[in-house]
Amino acid sequence: MDSVIQRNFDVAVIGAGPAGIAAAVAAAESGARVALLDDNPAPGGQIWRGGAKSSHHSQAGHWLDRLSNSSVSVLAGTRVFYAHNGALEAESDDSLWQILYGKLILATGARELFLPFPGWTLPNVVGAGGIQAMVKSGLPINGKRVVLAGTGPLLLAVAAYLSEHGANVLCICEQASFSQLCAFAPALAAFPSKLIEAAQLRFRSRRAPYIMNAWPVAAFGKERLQSVQVSENQRCREIECDYLACGFHLVPNLELARALDCRVTNGFVEVNEFQETSQPGIYCAGEPTGIGGLEPAIVEGRIAGYAASGNLNSAKQLLATRVRYKKVVNAMKKAFALRPELATLAKSDTLLCRCEDISFEDARKHASWRAAKLHSRCGMGPCQGRVCGAAAEFLFGWTIDSSRPPIFPVRCSSLAASSLPSSPAQRHGGSQ
Amino acid sequence: MLETLTVRVNGSPVNVPAGSTVAVAVLLSTGACRTSVSGQPRAPLCGMGTCFECRVEINGRQHRRSCQVVCEADMEIKAHG
Repeated sequence: MDSVIQRNFDVAVIGAGPAGIAAAVAAAESGARVALLDDNPAPGGQIWRGGAKSSHHSQAGHWLDRLSNSSVSVLAGTRVFYAHNGALEAESDDSLWQILYGKLILATGARELFLPFPGWTLPNVVGAGGIQAMVKSGLPINGKRVVLAGTGPLLLAVAAYLSEHGANVLCICEQASFSQLCAFAPALAAFPSKLIEAAQLRFRSRRAPYIMNAWPVAAFGKERLQSVQVSENQRCREIECDYLACGFHLVPNLELARALDCRVTNGFVEVNEFQETSQPGIYCAGEPTGIGGLEPAIVEGRIAGYAASGNLNSAKQLLATRVRYKKVVNAMKKAFALRPELATLAKSDTLLCRCEDISFEDARKHASWRAAKLHSRCGMGPCQGRVCGAAAEFLFGWTIDSSRPPIFPVRCSSLAASSLPSSPAQRHGGSQ
Repeated sequence: MLETLTVRVNGSPVNVPAGSTVAVAVLLSTGACRTSVSGQPRAPLCGMGTCFECRVEINGRQHRRSCQVVCEADMEIKAHG
């Protein structure tokens, strides 16, 4: 039987990436008792996965040190599956955590957008951020042939990272056109971390071509990937490789914000100048408020942490910096907007939902995400639509606007010990 | 020299660098983690705990996301790729 652990904190922060770490440290340094919860085995999020030693970001060491020197209670390997009215419930390997909080900060980050094409379910077709995460987690990549495809600055950063670890990066296929990227070059050139510039420089020396107007069309192989067909300026060619790493930019993790009824506008959590959501006492920082990468996430996290701990003077000093970063967020969105051809890659029998093996055709015939779930089981598997739901929003223009607890699959023992209401009526009746 | 440790995947020993996730051990051995509901082999996609493609059995407990669990010496891993 799992143990049930009950604790009480002034501020609970969910997500230990840069935004969550900055928020937790700011709140703790303002005198609050703070818990920082994260599903991953260690704090750092995806960008700082593996700690300071496996990251190029000098800020990684700074913030991870500051976190370990702070009074923050770090609960890694702990998944929050329910939150309501000043309490949250989370599951670790052997415990159920019931945490009472005064203020809540959502720093739940983003995941990669994956789009279906024939063969995308084959082993060794992976995410771009995904393969980087796996190499940081010990996967040997030396000598492996990798094709990177999709969109966004992450492709370049991953290409640079993999090359440095000995991978043979064959090419980087960027779906955006040269003119589309150029139109936003001035704004992107100001990208604070200079990530793009750094990656390109590192890359040029290793001669992996950066091909624009290019995207994956199909992946081939029996038990695992053997080759990929890419469309390159309207011509197709097949490339043999060990890994195809795809990422069509990022989508925010909104499950918890939605379950808490925080207002979401145009796909992002709405916040005021202090990062407070439409729900008083619930704050949000980082990618769920707009995809902007490291710098905006840290500033937003600090503002949220200061504001949630009542230290408004410190929060106010950061407001101007955040406004500057938000311009980059908007430019990024336009520069890497997805081209419509990407919605036509899946054939009728290509799987859309990988958990329940529901085909593109069986999902498409329904009128909405809700109807597809009810009638086909699309999005009803363990990932709860995190992969196919985000794809369906782009492919079919469907809106995903609700999220029900538990927002992660949990053990029966956790569910039995949880205060999670068993029916929606009970949930709404009990929360007012 | 990197420190390594040994786990077993479907009964066969696999050496991995210390700190590796179970997903890495599986990719270095069977290459696939699970069989999908229609019988296809599947392996990690997202690498960060959201896609659930990397589910395996670890020390008798099923449906563990192998990308989120760090290898410990003598772990018994069952992959059904």
